[in-house]
Amino acid sequence: MADQVLDAKGLNCPLPILKAKKALKDVPAGGTLEVQSTDPGSVADFEAFCRTTGNELLESKTEDGVYVFLIKHTS
Amino acid sequence: MPEKTNAKSMSIIVTKGSLDWAYPPFILGTTAAAMGLDVTMFFTFYGLGLLKKKLDLQITPLGNAAMEMPMMGGHMTMPNLMGVVPGVDRAATVMMKNLIKKKGVASIEELREAAVESDIRMIACQMTLDLFEYKREDLIEGHELGGAATYIDSATKSDINLFI
Repeated sequence: MADQVLDAKGLNCPLPILKAKKALKDVPAGGTLEVQSTDPGSVADFEAFCRTTGNELLESKTEDGVYVFLIKHTS
Repeated sequence: MPEKTNAKSMSIIVTKGSLDWAYPPFILGTTAAAMGLDVTMFFTFYGLGLLKKKLDLQITPLGNAAMEMPMMGGHMTMPNLMGVVPGVDRAATVMMKNLIKKKGVASIEELREAAVESDIRMIACQMTLDLFEYKREDLIEGHELGGAATYIDSATKSDINLFI
Protein backbone atom coordinates (compact mmCIF):
# COMPACT_ATOMS: atom_id res chain seq x y z
CA MET A 1 0.00 0.00 0.00
CA ALA A 2 1.26 3.42 -0.92
CA ASP A 3 1.41 6.14 1.73
CA GLN A 4 -0.62 8.37 -0.53
CA VAL A 5 -2.76 7.92 -3.61
CA LEU A 6 -3.25 10.50 -6.34
CA ASP A 7 -6.19 10.09 -8.68
CA ALA A 8 -5.16 11.80 -11.92
CA LYS A 9 -7.61 9.88 -14.08
CA GLY A 10 -9.14 11.90 -16.91
CA LEU A 11 -6.37 14.47 -16.82
CA ASN A 12 -4.07 15.10 -19.73
CA CYS A 13 -0.42 16.12 -20.07
CA PRO A 14 1.13 17.78 -18.10
CA LEU A 15 -1.41 17.69 -15.27
CA PRO A 16 -0.63 14.17 -13.92
CA ILE A 17 3.04 15.18 -13.55
CA LEU A 18 2.27 18.60 -12.03
CA LYS A 19 -0.16 17.07 -9.53
CA ALA A 20 2.23 14.25 -8.71
CA LYS A 21 4.99 16.74 -7.98
CA LYS A 22 2.63 18.64 -5.68
CA ALA A 23 1.49 15.45 -3.94
CA LEU A 24 5.09 14.30 -3.40
CA LYS A 25 5.68 17.35 -1.22
CA ASP A 26 3.35 15.82 1.37
CA VAL A 27 5.02 12.42 1.21
CA PRO A 28 7.89 12.09 3.70
CA ALA A 29 11.28 11.03 2.32
CA GLY A 30 11.25 7.26 1.87
CA GLY A 31 7.45 7.25 1.59
CA THR A 32 5.54 6.21 -1.50
CA LEU A 33 2.98 7.82 -3.78
CA GLU A 34 0.65 5.92 -6.05
CA VAL A 35 -0.50 7.81 -9.14
CA GLN A 36 -3.46 6.62 -11.19
CA SER A 37 -3.70 8.02 -14.71
CA THR A 38 -5.59 7.39 -17.93
CA ASP A 39 -3.16 9.38 -20.08
CA PRO A 40 -1.12 6.88 -22.18
CA GLY A 41 1.67 9.46 -22.42
CA SER A 42 2.17 9.30 -18.68
CA VAL A 43 3.90 5.91 -18.97
CA ALA A 44 6.94 7.47 -20.63
CA ASP A 45 6.54 10.72 -18.71
CA PHE A 46 6.64 9.25 -15.20
CA GLU A 47 9.76 7.30 -16.15
CA ALA A 48 11.38 10.53 -17.36
CA PHE A 49 10.12 12.51 -14.37
CA CYS A 50 11.64 10.03 -11.93
CA ARG A 51 14.90 9.79 -13.86
CA THR A 52 15.37 13.56 -13.80
CA THR A 53 14.17 14.24 -10.27
CA GLY A 54 15.89 11.25 -8.69
CA ASN A 55 12.69 9.84 -7.23
CA GLU A 56 12.40 6.09 -7.63
CA LEU A 57 9.78 4.53 -9.89
CA LEU A 58 9.11 1.29 -8.02
CA GLU A 59 6.32 0.09 -10.24
CA SER A 60 4.57 0.96 -13.50
CA LYS A 61 1.60 -1.16 -14.50
CA THR A 62 -1.78 -1.11 -16.21
CA GLU A 63 -4.94 -2.16 -14.38
CA ASP A 64 -8.23 -2.15 -16.29
CA GLY A 65 -7.12 0.64 -18.60
CA VAL A 66 -5.67 2.70 -15.76
CA TYR A 67 -1.94 3.33 -15.58
CA VAL A 68 -0.66 2.94 -12.06
CA PHE A 69 2.71 4.25 -10.91
CA LEU A 70 4.34 3.71 -7.55
CA ILE A 71 6.89 6.38 -6.77
CA LYS A 72 9.25 6.40 -3.83
CA HIS A 73 9.98 9.91 -2.64
CA THR A 74 13.75 9.89 -2.38
CA SER A 75 14.63 13.49 -3.19
CA MET B 1 11.56 28.06 -3.49
CA PRO B 2 10.65 24.56 -4.60
CA GLU B 3 13.08 21.83 -3.72
CA LYS B 4 15.78 21.47 -6.33
CA THR B 5 17.27 18.11 -7.07
CA ASN B 6 19.51 19.19 -9.87
CA ALA B 7 21.04 22.48 -10.89
CA LYS B 8 19.61 22.50 -14.39
CA SER B 9 17.79 25.49 -15.72
CA MET B 10 15.65 26.48 -18.68
CA SER B 11 14.58 29.70 -20.29
CA ILE B 12 11.73 30.27 -22.71
CA ILE B 13 11.06 33.30 -24.88
CA VAL B 14 7.28 33.55 -25.20
CA THR B 15 6.32 35.54 -28.28
CA LYS B 16 2.81 34.42 -29.15
CA GLY B 17 -0.44 35.06 -27.34
CA SER B 18 -3.13 33.01 -29.05
CA LEU B 19 -4.89 30.16 -27.26
CA ASP B 20 -3.05 27.43 -29.16
CA TRP B 21 0.39 29.04 -28.93
CA ALA B 22 0.01 29.74 -25.22
CA TYR B 23 0.19 26.02 -24.45
CA PRO B 24 3.74 24.98 -25.37
CA PRO B 25 5.54 27.54 -23.18
CA PHE B 26 3.31 27.02 -20.15
CA ILE B 27 3.30 23.21 -20.45
CA LEU B 28 7.08 23.01 -20.82
CA GLY B 29 7.76 25.68 -18.20
CA THR B 30 5.56 24.15 -15.50
CA THR B 31 6.77 20.63 -16.24
CA ALA B 32 10.42 21.67 -16.10
CA ALA B 33 9.76 23.41 -12.78
CA ALA B 34 8.06 20.25 -11.50
CA MET B 35 11.19 18.32 -12.51
CA GLY B 36 13.37 20.58 -10.41
CA LEU B 37 14.66 22.98 -13.03
CA ASP B 38 14.97 26.71 -12.48
CA VAL B 39 12.72 28.22 -15.12
CA THR B 40 12.69 31.72 -16.57
CA MET B 41 10.00 32.85 -19.00
CA PHE B 42 10.47 36.06 -20.97
CA PHE B 43 7.18 37.44 -22.29
CA THR B 44 7.60 39.67 -25.30
CA PHE B 45 5.44 40.99 -28.13
CA TYR B 46 2.14 39.09 -28.32
CA GLY B 47 3.36 36.76 -25.60
CA LEU B 48 3.14 39.62 -23.11
CA GLY B 49 -0.65 39.40 -23.28
CA LEU B 50 -0.40 36.04 -21.51
CA LEU B 51 0.53 37.91 -18.34
CA LYS B 52 -2.65 40.00 -18.35
CA LYS B 53 -4.81 39.47 -15.28
CA LYS B 54 -7.83 38.70 -17.39
CA LEU B 55 -7.22 36.28 -20.22
CA ASP B 56 -9.55 35.94 -23.18
CA LEU B 57 -7.46 33.87 -25.53
CA GLN B 58 -8.59 33.25 -29.08
CA ILE B 59 -7.62 30.94 -31.87
CA THR B 60 -7.76 31.64 -35.60
CA PRO B 61 -7.72 29.41 -38.67
CA LEU B 62 -6.10 32.31 -40.55
CA GLY B 63 -2.50 31.45 -41.39
CA ASN B 64 -3.01 28.21 -39.54
CA ALA B 65 -3.10 25.93 -42.54
CA ALA B 66 -2.47 22.70 -40.63
CA MET B 67 -5.33 23.27 -38.20
CA GLU B 68 -7.75 20.37 -38.07
CA MET B 69 -10.56 19.85 -35.61
CA PRO B 70 -11.86 16.38 -34.79
CA MET B 71 -15.46 16.18 -35.85
CA MET B 72 -17.90 13.28 -36.10
CA GLY B 73 -15.16 10.68 -36.19
CA GLY B 74 -13.16 12.53 -38.85
CA HIS B 75 -11.25 15.76 -39.06
CA MET B 76 -12.48 19.05 -40.34
CA THR B 77 -9.83 21.20 -41.95
CA MET B 78 -10.16 24.93 -41.77
CA PRO B 79 -9.45 26.57 -45.12
CA ASN B 80 -7.23 29.58 -44.62
CA LEU B 81 -9.85 31.78 -46.22
CA MET B 82 -12.40 30.85 -43.55
CA GLY B 83 -10.49 33.03 -41.12
CA VAL B 84 -11.81 36.19 -42.72
CA VAL B 85 -15.45 35.18 -42.27
CA PRO B 86 -16.94 37.01 -39.29
CA GLY B 87 -17.57 34.72 -36.33
CA VAL B 88 -15.28 31.93 -37.51
CA ASP B 89 -12.55 32.78 -34.99
CA ARG B 90 -15.10 32.84 -32.20
CA ALA B 91 -16.55 29.49 -33.32
CA ALA B 92 -13.10 27.92 -33.62
CA THR B 93 -12.23 29.22 -30.15
CA VAL B 94 -15.40 27.79 -28.61
CA MET B 95 -14.75 24.48 -30.36
CA MET B 96 -11.18 24.37 -29.08
CA LYS B 97 -12.16 25.27 -25.51
CA ASN B 98 -14.79 22.53 -25.50
CA LEU B 99 -12.21 20.02 -26.73
CA ILE B 100 -9.76 21.15 -24.07
CA LYS B 101 -12.33 20.56 -21.36
CA LYS B 102 -13.50 17.25 -22.76
CA LYS B 103 -9.98 15.84 -23.03
CA GLY B 104 -8.88 16.85 -19.55
CA VAL B 105 -6.33 19.33 -20.87
CA ALA B 106 -5.47 22.09 -18.42
CA SER B 107 -6.68 25.61 -19.11
CA ILE B 108 -4.05 28.28 -19.65
CA GLU B 109 -5.25 29.98 -16.46
CA GLU B 110 -4.60 26.74 -14.57
CA LEU B 111 -1.12 26.31 -16.05
CA ARG B 112 -0.23 29.93 -15.39
CA GLU B 113 -1.27 29.52 -11.78
CA ALA B 114 0.97 26.46 -11.57
CA ALA B 115 3.78 28.55 -13.05
CA VAL B 116 3.35 31.20 -10.35
CA GLU B 117 3.12 28.56 -7.62
CA SER B 118 6.30 26.85 -8.74
CA ASP B 119 8.26 30.11 -8.61
CA ILE B 120 8.92 30.37 -12.31
CA ARG B 121 10.67 33.66 -12.93
CA MET B 122 8.44 35.65 -15.25
CA ILE B 123 9.93 38.63 -17.01
CA ALA B 124 7.64 41.06 -18.79
CA CYS B 125 9.32 42.85 -21.68
CA GLN B 126 9.47 46.54 -20.82
CA MET B 127 9.67 47.60 -24.47
CA THR B 128 6.54 45.64 -25.36
CA LEU B 129 4.73 47.15 -22.40
CA ASP B 130 5.53 50.61 -23.76
CA LEU B 131 4.88 49.67 -27.38
CA PHE B 132 1.40 48.27 -26.81
CA GLU B 133 0.60 50.71 -24.01
CA TYR B 134 -0.09 48.14 -21.34
CA LYS B 135 -0.03 49.14 -17.72
CA ARG B 136 1.87 47.14 -15.13
CA GLU B 137 -1.32 46.93 -13.10
CA ASP B 138 -2.93 45.02 -15.98
CA LEU B 139 -0.47 42.19 -15.44
CA ILE B 140 -0.56 39.46 -12.81
CA GLU B 141 1.41 39.78 -9.60
CA GLY B 142 4.81 38.18 -9.44
CA HIS B 143 6.23 39.31 -12.75
CA GLU B 144 9.31 41.46 -13.03
CA LEU B 145 10.20 43.94 -15.75
CA GLY B 146 13.23 43.56 -17.95
CA GLY B 147 14.64 43.80 -21.41
CA ALA B 148 16.80 41.86 -23.81
CA ALA B 149 19.86 42.08 -21.57
CA THR B 150 17.92 40.66 -18.62
CA TYR B 151 16.91 37.72 -20.77
CA ILE B 152 20.40 37.16 -22.19
CA ASP B 153 21.84 37.22 -18.68
CA SER B 154 19.44 34.43 -17.72
CA ALA B 155 19.96 32.53 -20.98
CA THR B 156 23.74 32.40 -20.67
CA LYS B 157 23.29 30.46 -17.44
CA SER B 158 20.57 28.14 -18.74
CA ASP B 159 21.01 24.58 -19.94
CA ILE B 160 17.97 24.84 -22.23
CA ASN B 161 16.87 27.95 -24.10
CA LEU B 162 13.66 27.86 -26.13
CA PHE B 163 12.01 30.37 -28.42
CA ILE B 164 8.30 29.84 -28.84
